Amino acid sequence: MTTKSQALLNWVDERFPLTSTWKAHLSEYYAPKNFNFWYFFGSLALMVLVIQIVTGIFLVMHYKPDASLNASGVPVAFAAVEYIMRDVPGGWLIRYMHSTGASAFFVVVYLHMFRGMLYGSYRKPRELIWLFGVGIFLALMAEAFMGYLLPWGQMSFWGAQVIVNLFSAIPVIGPDLALVIRGDFVVSDATLNRFFSFHVIAVPLVLIGLVLAHIVALHEVGSNNPDGVEIKKKKDANGIPLDGIPFHPYYTVKDIVGVVGFLFVFSAVLFFAPEGGGYFLEYNNFLPADPLVTPPHIAPVWYFTPFYSLLRAVTYPLFGLDAKFWGVIAMGAGVVIFAFLPWLDRSPVKSIRYKGPIFKTALVLFVIIFFILGYLGVQPPDNGGIKDRTTQICSVLYFAFFLLMPFYSKMDKCKAEPERVTS
Amino acid sequence: MKTRAMKFVKRLLAAALFAPVVAMAAGAALHLDKAPVSTDPAALQNGAKVFVNYCLNCHAASFVRYNRLKDIGLSEDLIKDNLLFTADKIGEQMKIAMTRDNGKLWFGAPPPDLTLVARARASGDGSGADWLYTYLRQFYRDPSRPTGWNNKVFENVGMPHVLWELQGDQVAHIEEKDDGHGGMHKEVSLELSKPGTQTAAEYDKTVADLVSFMVWMGEPMAESRKNIGTFVLLFLAGLFVLSYLLKKNFWKDIH
Repeated sequence: MTTKSQALLNWVDERFPLTSTWKAHLSEYYAPKNFNFWYFFGSLALMVLVIQIVTGIFLVMHYKPDASLNASGVPVAFAAVEYIMRDVPGGWLIRYMHSTGASAFFVVVYLHMFRGMLYGSYRKPRELIWLFGVGIFLALMAEAFMGYLLPWGQMSFWGAQVIVNLFSAIPVIGPDLALVIRGDFVVSDATLNRFFSFHVIAVPLVLIGLVLAHIVALHEVGSNNPDGVEIKKKKDANGIPLDGIPFHPYYTVKDIVGVVGFLFVFSAVLFFAPEGGGYFLEYNNFLPADPLVTPPHIAPVWYFTPFYSLLRAVTYPLFGLDAKFWGVIAMGAGVVIFAFLPWLDRSPVKSIRYKGPIFKTALVLFVIIFFILGYLGVQPPDNGGIKDRTTQICSVLYFAFFLLMPFYSKMDKCKAEPERVTS
Repeated sequence: MKTRAMKFVKRLLAAALFAPVVAMAAGAALHLDKAPVSTDPAALQNGAKVFVNYCLNCHAASFVRYNRLKDIGLSEDLIKDNLLFTADKIGEQMKIAMTRDNGKLWFGAPPPDLTLVARARASGDGSGADWLYTYLRQFYRDPSRPTGWNNKVFENVGMPHVLWELQGDQVAHIEEKDDGHGGMHKEVSLELSKPGTQTAAEYDKTVADLVSFMVWMGEPMAESRKNIGTFVLLFLAGLFVLSYLLKKNFWKDIH
């Protein structure tokens, strides 16, 4: 480095921890050398977040959160989206990036969470990383739900109507709470404007804060790996983990491969199937919101459907409270229960590689159940028929996976963990 | 075990991502004819002609600007001389003079804006184009309806058969049949009672062109989207190879 640029760097370093931050988080942050395919999804989630923020900034330049009807009788917000799609140069690309990005975010985050479950990344000392992660997941769900109202189509409107109404099932405060959320007695212009505000300012701020905390906590304790062994236990004379390699350049160049691979799949959907077969953009949402016409079947977007199934599984009133209330509790519990994983898993080993057959079977069954619940969540209910019964059985099994984990993870026959990571 | 379980999980994920849409509608499934959707400029231009002449009196297409029709190969002069009935300037949108209140008064419900109808009408039964193609060919005479028309796909629709001169009159033979679940279900079969100015094959072609135009109108950038997409994917495939080689080079000393 030339003396002049070195002098500049020194000047900055005396006033701001530039070099030390670079070292602590990139060039001298030692990550295990045995990351596999599953370890791409953390950096990919970060990239999708950036895509959503950047495309979102451009969308806000042209979008108008206004539920009033224009001269042609179309809600202004709905017309604004079509204006972006047709009259804004490159607008369709930005909009499809954002709408495909929403689904991609959930795909990537679900795979990222599954990686954590595979290799026990939530176990001590990474409980806080996991808790921040569950917080990110919750914030992401709120972000997606509120963003979905903005195109002001039929599914936007009725989806919001159904979900906000759920809050009214909470005893005593419920009806008033729903009123506060909507700002009106039905989903209306007031709702659209506050959801817009939350979607573009409040929730993204929370998301970014949580993502920062997630990464800071990760870099404090160091990354887990597919073997679930702590690389910090075996260090060389300089205090560098024997199985660790500097994140930069090794994982920066490796993550570029993951990013390009992801962008290939992302672009294939974006350019050739942006509607995602009616799952990424629901067909009914090409009709403007009409408070007087209820669609025959209201289904949430695919990423909410497993939890929506948990909600619908509860059909019995209990302790004098409506079944709807317990459904809401089941849905909320179905999400929040992930936060307890660090304390539910009592296995002596972290990674699935060394866990016993019971845990492996349980995890495979859980994934299957998650998909079945997701599928049933888009189906219309059949009034106690085979689909509703399956939903109920799968919901019980869903919770059993978590609640029985302290027992089956403890009694399972695990293999011995290796001393060092395997290649 | 580990790899087998993981392969299984991977396959499950793939299946879920690319699963075809299952019937979403709560009602009985419709039997829709497959629409021969075309992107041929001649077909789209004919469709535009039919749309402007027959549809754009009650229905607006309020997101489509007339000059966008240049995308389907029409010149500005051709548009001005032949299609510009409801607007003065070529940059204006396809709006109509009929107010929504009048539409409601006259037809029971205001005729919907058709810009996005080909996207909105998609369902588990078929694409939006299939629905439109079937719907526009299955009007029949029904004296019990205020307009004198009914439709097999959209029962008791408020819209009369606007293209009847072309297709002619169809009559329905309605049979009540046991549906096997203790209920009765109506089976409607249509028969041409009075031919129109076009033969059945010609009329099918006219409707196919009209539907093709409506598909184009629903997403005018669809073709350029796919064209750009091809280049993007080629670029990314090349970049993937380069990034993989870069990674391999950096990692050659890691064992």
